[in-house]
Amino acid sequence: MDNSMKLEFLSKSSNEGFARVAVAAFASQLDPTLEDLSDIKTALSEAVTNAIIHGYENTKGIVTISCQINNDTLTVTVSDSGRGIENLEQAMEPLYTSHPEMERSGMGFTVMETFMDSVSVRSAPGEGTDVTMSKTIKGR
Amino acid sequence: MEMRYETAKRALVVSLSHDLDHHGAASLREKIDYEFRRRRARNIIFDLSALKFMDSSGIGLIMGRYRLSVAAGGKVFLSGVSPQLDRLISISGIYKIVGWAKSISEALQCL
Ligand SMILES: Nc1ncnc2c1ncn2[C@@H]1O[C@H](COP(=O)(O)OP(=O)(O)OP(=O)(O)O)[C@@H](O)[C@H]1O
Ligand SMILES: [Mg+2]
Repeated sequence: MDNSMKLEFLSKSSNEGFARVAVAAFASQLDPTLEDLSDIKTALSEAVTNAIIHGYENTKGIVTISCQINNDTLTVTVSDSGRGIENLEQAMEPLYTSHPEMERSGMGFTVMETFMDSVSVRSAPGEGTDVTMSKTIKGR
Repeated sequence: MEMRYETAKRALVVSLSHDLDHHGAASLREKIDYEFRRRRARNIIFDLSALKFMDSSGIGLIMGRYRLSVAAGGKVFLSGVSPQLDRLISISGIYKIVGWAKSISEALQCL
């Protein structure tokens, strides 16, 4: 491992912007393009928002972000110890949302998969969810 | 965010700035819907040219406003879409239901 960092914060929506900026700043050491940075911020924002609104259902909990850099690859894991996901296959389908009444579009996982190279999810009902995403930054 | 109303086209022009995420979406939604109803508007034009960041919360916000304006017999247009935002909006599929214009004035002409 070339570098790593870990962030822990309360599941407050006001931390979403802070989390994006912190991870983007950490990723900057890979000399990413503005487009890469925007992709990373968008995917991260999806995972953090999901932890806050679905994992903790807007109650108090801790969201953890761990980042690693290995060669030219950034790996980010967003974890919550909230309600977990019962049917993961269904959750990851484009347009599926358990909360249409909150104006969710069901696109979060699809956005993560489009903007990162790989996304994997580990979740257990009642225990929480870990979303791990990675992206290789091609040298300019 | 800034809003103005184009009476002739019954269009609410919503210029978004900074970040549009889950944190900011609820209060934006409230302000837009209040103004939409107060003005008895039909159409909404979102000017995204000064928007720095948007995620799927923004997609949800646009979809919700689409429902509002369709119920009033109107349309929604997006203008000032950056290439990065265009990728997000394209994968969401909302270009099937909302219009796209280069500028606010072009969007107004389409109404
Ligand atoms: N951390 C999590 N904990 C519990 N459930 C989750 C978590 N992340 C996602 N889910 C479940 O997976 C579904 C799909 O997530 P996804 O992010 O794709 O869509 P969404 O959050 O519902 O809508 P959008 O992200 O477009 O606003 C959610 O509706 C929720 O039921
Ligand atoms: Mg989501």
